Amino acid sequence: MATKAIKKTETGETVIHIEGMHKWFGNFHALKDIDLEVFQGEKIVICGPSGSGKSTLIRCINRLEEHQQGLINVHGTNLTSDLKDIETIRSDVGMVFQSFNLFPHLTILENCVLAPIWVRKMPRKEAEEIAMDLLERVKIPEQALKYPGQLSGGQQQRVAIARALCMRPKIMLFDEPTSALDPEMIKEVLDTMIELAQDGMTMLVVTHEMGFARKVANRVIFMDAGEIIEENDPETFFNKPQNDRTKLFLSQILNH
Amino acid sequence: MKEKSYLPGTHPDLPPPTSEVGVVGWARKNLFATPADTIFTLLAFYVLYSIVPGFMQWAFIDAVYVAENREACWKMMETPGGAACWAFTSIRLNQLLYGFYPETEVWRINLSFILLFVALAPVLIDRLPFRKQFFIFTGLYPFVAGWLIFGWFALPPVASQDIGGLALTLIIGITGIAFSLPLGILLALGRTSNLPVIKILSVLFIEFIRGVPLIALLFIASTMLNYFMPPGTTFDLLVRVLIMVTLFASAYMAEVIRGGIAGIPKGQIEAASAAGLSYWKTMYLIVMPQVLKISIPGIVNTFIGLFKDTTLVLIIGMFDLLGMGKAALTNLNWAGLHREMYLFVAVVFFFCCYGMSLYSGYLERKLDTENKFQKK
Ligand SMILES: Nc1ncnc2c1ncn2[C@@H]1O[C@H](COP(=O)(O)OP(=O)(O)OP(=O)(O)O)[C@@H](O)[C@H]1O
Ligand SMILES: [Mg+2]
Repeated sequence: MATKAIKKTETGETVIHIEGMHKWFGNFHALKDIDLEVFQGEKIVICGPSGSGKSTLIRCINRLEEHQQGLINVHGTNLTSDLKDIETIRSDVGMVFQSFNLFPHLTILENCVLAPIWVRKMPRKEAEEIAMDLLERVKIPEQALKYPGQLSGGQQQRVAIARALCMRPKIMLFDEPTSALDPEMIKEVLDTMIELAQDGMTMLVVTHEMGFARKVANRVIFMDAGEIIEENDPETFFNKPQNDRTKLFLSQILNH
Repeated sequence: MKEKSYLPGTHPDLPPPTSEVGVVGWARKNLFATPADTIFTLLAFYVLYSIVPGFMQWAFIDAVYVAENREACWKMMETPGGAACWAFTSIRLNQLLYGFYPETEVWRINLSFILLFVALAPVLIDRLPFRKQFFIFTGLYPFVAGWLIFGWFALPPVASQDIGGLALTLIIGITGIAFSLPLGILLALGRTSNLPVIKILSVLFIEFIRGVPLIALLFIASTMLNYFMPPGTTFDLLVRVLIMVTLFASAYMAEVIRGGIAGIPKGQIEAASAAGLSYWKTMYLIVMPQVLKISIPGIVNTFIGLFKDTTLVLIIGMFDLLGMGKAALTNLNWAGLHREMYLFVAVVFFFCCYGMSLYSGYLERKLDTENKFQKK
């Protein structure tokens, strides 16, 4: 049973509304009856064991995966197979991947201006100014003319964040942004994300960085076997977990 | 322990030992490194020694370059036929180059050949000034060349069966190369598409074309194709051949490109989609630039194969360079010069194909240094 203890932390309106959503991969029931309401400016951390459906859930929000049943509404637009709607939603929702996924044949700057130019139809000069601003914010403006392969993992991930921000998204999705990084680089990426959170970005973050969750999250969601098992503010979530599976998961993750 | 000649931190850069540099060093490393290497090296030298001087004598030193015909050639030699007679290369040059194209109109072929390089310039040189304007000409080039070669408004028409020789080889080869790449890309995208109808059609097309010999396709082009056309429409044979050769090469190209697409990590496409890029923009901006780069060897391989396959048009009665050569041999003036003729044709083909190969090597190195640090 999902415990529904949504605290309306920010006064904002609903930006993501998911209701009775199911997702199958062939016969495999990957997401089961998902209900989720995300408010403007909220930071939500999603955790859970491997294979529980965390990635699938956030990938459904920008239609990298297609759900088969139920409703997903992002910023007032329902996700259907309508390509125009999908592209609108995708251009308003930024995504950062575990494996960075920078485009290796383009320089850092070209990576950043590509979507603004080709999707937003922004003049190149303006796009480059915005990109340089954001690269400065993630503290790597001097790398702008290098290629992704010349950067460290941490730098690449910060570029990926800047690249997503160049589209001026209203929502940011992060799928385990630090799990492919060497320990000494995790902090620089988390710091970037914390700054972003402080600026008021709406964020859904799949991560096992519990320190990050405690510090920024308004809500922590625990998933197991395709279901949302528990959903609470970080304080309650970490100190008084309700569900046995949550307790087991927390004991495993906090004990090593 | 031996005493050090330098204090720690003061060791200068020294030149390498002589065994590592110069001709001697190179030979020792590459030719005589082991006893087996030495044996193979000597064997190779012996083979070269027994072939090269004799060949040089025959092909160049004793050869006759200018004469009326074969008989005149042979008269000038110590032993008739004992050396090469290259006289046909000048006397029959026009046929070998242009077939039976009217001599007064030959400038039209030459002009289209020169314009070809103008059309290619923006493709080959990426820092060309006015590249955009040049690309417009590249798009127009097939029409300009078609107009020049076949004649139409303001230019007297030339029948396509009069076109032959190297010109025909180049027309078929270059048309095939130019159109098989884009068509191959579309077929590869079709085959990797999620839309079942498009996928099935692409698979059927590729498998059918690859499963049939080009000669069979050429026969279809020369005999059967007109049955499939509405009555009254006649398609020039050369146009039919161009279509068949292009389709044939595009099926192979599609598979080369598909291999390249399979080598692109899924995350690349996901990242592009997640940013809101449509399918076509993703393919154009993200996937194809990477695919074409990793597929250069396969693409050029297909180009070279296609270029050599153009000689098969001989079978349906067209006279490309090889065909013109063979035709010359049936002429009493030149009969008996098989060795010279085939060698000549082979050398021309070799330079064309080796040129493509050199350019592809250059392109690979260039793209490689541009993205030197991308290995991942
Ligand atoms: N494309 C797919 N086809 C079939 N099954 C899939 C596919 N993608 C995911 N799955 C399955 O769906 C389930 C949920 O996968 P998902 O990637 O969402 O898990 P996750 O919670 O993100 O796990 P992890 O922590 O390992 O990333 C897994 O059992 C996985 O095997
Ligand atoms: Mg995952």
